[in-house]
Amino acid sequence: MGWLPAPVEQLLEVALVGELTVVGRNGRPITHPLIPLHHEGRIYLHSSTLFSKKLEHIKRDPRVSLAITDPIATKGNLDRATIQGTARLIEDDPHSDWERLILDLWRRKEPLIDDFLKVRVALPLFFERSVIEITPTRCLYWAGGRTDAPPVETRAPVMEAA
Amino acid sequence: MAAVASASTETRSGTGSAHEATGDDLRRLGEYPYVVVSWVDDGFPTSVATSLDADPDARVARLAAPAGMPIPDDREVSVVGSHIHPTPGGYDERRYLQLWGRVSEGVRFAPTRAWGWDEAEMPFFEYSERSVPQSRRYLTALSAEKGRTIRPRLSLFWLALRTTRLPFLSATAVPVLCIAVAASHGAFTWWTALLTLIGASFAHLAINVTNDIFDTLSGADDANPTPTQFSGGSRVAIYDLVSVRGLALLAGVLYAAAAVIGLALVAVTGSTSLLWIGVAGIALGIAYTAPPLKLVYRGLGEVAVAIGFGPIMLLGAYVVQTQRIDLEPLVLSLVPGILIALILFVNEIPDRRSDAQAGKRTLPTRFSPEAILRAYLAAGLVAFGIIFAGVFAGLLPWPALVAIAAVPILFRVEAGLRANYDSPYALMAVMGQNVNLNLIVGGLLLVAYVATIVVTRLG
Repeated sequence: MGWLPAPVEQLLEVALVGELTVVGRNGRPITHPLIPLHHEGRIYLHSSTLFSKKLEHIKRDPRVSLAITDPIATKGNLDRATIQGTARLIEDDPHSDWERLILDLWRRKEPLIDDFLKVRVALPLFFERSVIEITPTRCLYWAGGRTDAPPVETRAPVMEAA
Repeated sequence: MAAVASASTETRSGTGSAHEATGDDLRRLGEYPYVVVSWVDDGFPTSVATSLDADPDARVARLAAPAGMPIPDDREVSVVGSHIHPTPGGYDERRYLQLWGRVSEGVRFAPTRAWGWDEAEMPFFEYSERSVPQSRRYLTALSAEKGRTIRPRLSLFWLALRTTRLPFLSATAVPVLCIAVAASHGAFTWWTALLTLIGASFAHLAINVTNDIFDTLSGADDANPTPTQFSGGSRVAIYDLVSVRGLALLAGVLYAAAAVIGLALVAVTGSTSLLWIGVAGIALGIAYTAPPLKLVYRGLGEVAVAIGFGPIMLLGAYVVQTQRIDLEPLVLSLVPGILIALILFVNEIPDRRSDAQAGKRTLPTRFSPEAILRAYLAAGLVAFGIIFAGVFAGLLPWPALVAIAAVPILFRVEAGLRANYDSPYALMAVMGQNVNLNLIVGGLLLVAYVATIVVTRLG
C-alpha cells in the first residue's frame, strides 16, 4: 500500500516516540513528541484535546513533518528518518473516533494504555482525542542515523490524472 | 506564597509554558544526547537530528552541520531535546525542551524563546489540569466548526460515581453504629434501619453535589491545579461533563429523595425529634458551602462536618429505632464525628493554596503546617479519649476499648502528613490511610456492639 522505504516503515513500526513538527501562526516550526502509528501507508498520531494547540496549527496549515530520531525509543534501531506529508484531522467524535480507528495500533506499541483506559473516569479529558492522519509525500532517510552523510530522499509516486 | 509559586512555574522550562530563553534552558538542552533541528522549507517543516555544544553563559550553542541539509539563517528554527524511558508496556521519564531562535554562520544558534515539559518537575496530572482551559476552548471551537455541540463524555455509571463522589459514601455507613447501639438495647427494625441508611446516603450525596456547585461558582476548584481522588472536588462542571444547572437539578432530586425518606420515617416513628434532627442536618449540609453562611469558607467546615456526621446522623439513626435521645449514642457519635471531620481537615491540606486564592479560608489556609499537624493529632486523640472515658464512665460497653487498637494509624497519618505536606500527589496515600482510620475505628466499635449483643443474649 505504501511507498515509504522498508527501513523507514520498520522504524515507524517500533518507534515509541517521534517528533511531529507543525507550522505555527507566524510561520515558525513547532515540534511535539508523539507516539507514531503506521497502517497501510499512512501515519497516525493522536492528541488529547488537553494538548490541542498542535491541532489548531494543523487546521490552519496541514503541512507537517514527522522525525524518528531516538534509538532508545526505537529499540536500538539506529536509523533515522524525516517524513513530510499532509495532515488530516479525524475528530467528528473526539470521545470515541480514536478508539475505533487507532486503539488497536496504539495498544500494540503501548499495552499499558488499556490500564489507563480502565480508569478513564480519573482523567476523562485525556481520552477526548483527535486523530492526525498523515499522508506522506517525501521521506528523508539516514541509514545508521548518520546525519553527517546526506539523507536518501524518496518522494511519493505522482498519481496520474484519470 | 501562592503568587510566588505561580510566577516561578511560568518561567521554568519543565512546566509546559513558553518563556524567554535562558542560559539554564541552553544548559538543559545541552544535556540531551542529541537534538532535532527543524525549520520550514517550501511550506513544509523539515527536521534533522544533530549534536549540540551549548555555551549557557553566552546563551549560544554550536550545532554540528548536517550533511546535505544546510540550516537556513534567514528564518526562525527550533531545536528540540526529547527523552523517554521505555518500560514494559509503556514508557516514563518524559521530558522535552524546545528552543527557538536564529542560526548564523550555518551552525551558531542563538535562542530567544523556550518551551518544555518535564514530568519530574510537573507531574502529568498537574500538567493535564493546567491544560483544561485549552481543552474547553478547543471543543468550543470544534462545536462551532461542526455546527453541533461536542462535549466530553463519560459512561453514565462513571459519571454518576464522579459527580456524586460516591466512594465518600463510606462515611455515611457510621449510622450503623447507633443502630447497633439501639439493637443492644433490644430495639431494632430492619426496614427502618435500611431506610435510614438510604435516606442518609441521599442527603450525603446531595451535600457533595451542592458543595461542588458552590466551589465551582466561587472558583475554588478551578484554581486548584493538583486535585486528587480525595480533594479538589468532582470537577465535572470544570471539565464540562455536567453543567452547573445539571448539578443543581441533581442536588434537588437527591435532597427531595432524602426528605421523602426522612418524612416517611417521621410518620412511621411519630418522633418530632427526628424531624428536627433531619431539618438540622439538611440545613447544616447546605450552609456548609452555600451563602450566606458558607461555613467551610470561614474555617468552620470541620465543626459542621463533625456535628453533621456525628450527633445528627447517628442520633437520627438511634431515634428512628428507639424514638428517644440517650447519652450513650450521643457520646459514641462524637467519635466518628471527629474522625470524619479529620478526613475533611486532611483533604484540605493539598487544596490550601487554591482555597486561599478563592477566599475559602479553611483551617490549613490559616495556620502553619506545625499547628495543623498538632491539631490533627490532638483531635484524633480526643476521639480515642472519648471511647476510653465513655467505657470508664459506664456509658459504652467495655469491648469498645478494642477501637483503641487503631491509635497507631493516627500516628502513621500524622507522620505521612509531616513528610508530604507540600506534595499533593504523595499525600494521596496518606489521605487514604486517614479515610481508613475512620472505617477501622467504626468497624471495631461495631464489632464491639455486636459482641455485646451476642454476650447479652447468651447470658
